[in-house]
Amino acid sequence: MSVTLDSIEPNQFDAFLSTLSSEDVIAFDDLYVRYEPKTDTYEFETNEITASRLSESELHEQARQASDYLTNWWFWSEVVGDEVPHLFAFLRFLEDGDEHPVVDRYAALADGMTKAWGQLQITTTLAQDGARQYEIRHVDDHDSSASTLDAYSDPLSARDISTFDGKGRYRPLRTAPSLPTGWVFTELSARDAYETVDTFYPATIANWYREHQGTIDIDHWRDTAERQTGIYGIIDELAYDAVEHVAATCCTDSQCLKRREWQYDEETPLHAEGGDGIFPCREPCSLVVAAARKWTTLEREETETYTFELTSSEKEQIEDIIHAVADDETDDIREADVYEGANRYRARFLREKRMDEHGHLIEADAGHGHSDHEQDTHEE
Amino acid sequence: MQSLVIVAHGSHLNPDSSAPTHDHADTIRSIGAFDEVRTGFWKEEPSLREVLRTVEGDEIYVVPLFISEGYFTEQVIPRELRLDGWDVSQWDSDGLSADHAVITAEDIDRTVHYCGPVGTHEAMTDVLVRRAESVTGDSDVGDGFGFAVVGHGTERNENSAKAIEYHADRIRQMDRFEEVQALYMDEEPEVDDVTDFFETEDIVVVPLFIADGFHTQEDIPEDMGLTDDYTKGYDIPAHVDGHRIWYAGAVGTEGLMADVILERAADAGASIGDALEIVREQTRSAEPAMGD
Ligand code: SF4
Repeated sequence: MSVTLDSIEPNQFDAFLSTLSSEDVIAFDDLYVRYEPKTDTYEFETNEITASRLSESELHEQARQASDYLTNWWFWSEVVGDEVPHLFAFLRFLEDGDEHPVVDRYAALADGMTKAWGQLQITTTLAQDGARQYEIRHVDDHDSSASTLDAYSDPLSARDISTFDGKGRYRPLRTAPSLPTGWVFTELSARDAYETVDTFYPATIANWYREHQGTIDIDHWRDTAERQTGIYGIIDELAYDAVEHVAATCCTDSQCLKRREWQYDEETPLHAEGGDGIFPCREPCSLVVAAARKWTTLEREETETYTFELTSSEKEQIEDIIHAVADDETDDIREADVYEGANRYRARFLREKRMDEHGHLIEADAGHGHSDHEQDTHEE
Repeated sequence: MQSLVIVAHGSHLNPDSSAPTHDHADTIRSIGAFDEVRTGFWKEEPSLREVLRTVEGDEIYVVPLFISEGYFTEQVIPRELRLDGWDVSQWDSDGLSADHAVITAEDIDRTVHYCGPVGTHEAMTDVLVRRAESVTGDSDVGDGFGFAVVGHGTERNENSAKAIEYHADRIRQMDRFEEVQALYMDEEPEVDDVTDFFETEDIVVVPLFIADGFHTQEDIPEDMGLTDDYTKGYDIPAHVDGHRIWYAGAVGTEGLMADVILERAADAGASIGDALEIVREQTRSAEPAMGD
């Protein structure tokens, strides 16, 4: 594959020379260049070329001919830099930087390389000077022409886009798979691409990086529960089985795109699905802690035996209603679709038939409803 | 490299809770006083647990967007940020005077300057007054006006009432408003009886809260009799018992709050150049013109 860019900018060559004069050697991706002070010449090596004893002008010519290598070095060391390791690693990941040789990568970048990050689709392309440009959109908009999407360029816009879901409901969990569609960030710089992703999915890049480095710090359920104080201090009462339910309820991919890595404790794994997400979840989040508080108080209750009379279709209907709510499908059930158990008319009919004027299920024998309801405490 | 980290409560239920935090962060970003401005939340993301690992600076100033010293600033935030060896005595505070402590954040093994909450900073008094100016549309408001600062009360900790008293005293000392009164939601003197406490016809009421929510948008307007039903809204000013009540909503939504955040960081040693002057001017002109 031939080079995709056939020139280098003067500032790129200047940066190249000045790095060589201070460090003597540049070794990056498939480029190796060395300055030999004794002879004031350069050695230059890529996958295609090996040349030595080059004068500065010969070096310039060599660099121009191998401009992909040079602009690649320039982008990674001068534009991105390695001061923020997780930013560097993330951008490398976006173009499989550690897997493909420069020339192949440039060929692929010419068409655009695409990666998914949660519900984001991130496409990396090359600008004229070899700097990368990034486009970010919702994965479900992969087929849309960018002109049909609302265009953004400020990374902080991601905050507003991701505050509500497509139905206008507040999203308390940024990694819930409910990101609305219909927008695109175009021509982002490396830094802005990083900031945009970090705004949609805060801290996911830093945690992904730590995981890759083998330094991810997992706080398991017990660690997290025992750390809590105030109104959340009670959650360490939750039994193992209930914690299983919590994880299965909240942390599966249909609810959260982080991959749950926390377990009950260091020795005791949970069997609930943790999901296949690319970025890890390193401890129960605040939403799970707050919900667990409610479950802790509910789990304190003893079971009782009730006798209700239901037809088998009515029993099935109650199951349908629970599924519809749990799977967030109530809005999808059409008003007149009385074939669905969770249809509004069906539910109203059931209520008319099986519940008393206080809204309680009528018991078969006693006829006394359980009307003592625990006062709900307002979440703080 | 200098970083500012604003930490706040946030909410799983109410998106307005974190809105002021983001707004003030944006204001500070726009004037470039810090190389980096990040936000972290107890209830939103990035969480307090993880915000520091996204921070790049080596001089890190953590400013809690909270009203008073207490449970959150003394226990929750230091624990969640993993401030190694934190002890509240490092603030050496009487409940109002926490300024800052230098401490290592274990998560990133870098030192951070952990500042006192915005609510107890003296600059907060100016924000309360600015809020009165905004709601009345009069930058000289004072003559013929009473001023009520409203707080929770001692429900959670006594320092919350201290902060209310402190600012009410300071406003009183300005000699700008005819009468100044601290009122509470859950103890005497109660905000329900606001009109009993003032002779003046006009009363500006400013809740010392960080964000609008349940208390400031539902409880207080109904308790004061501005409306029977908060969902229907209320007039500004609203007529109650022969008084005109100018209800301002949470002080924390006032643009000038960015100034207090900057003051906290500057007190802890951040170099912020002329950012304070810029913010004071910028947030003034951003106010909608009302009245004359
Ligand atoms: S605990 Fe982690 S995986 Fe589970 S819902 Fe919260 S963020 Fe998602």
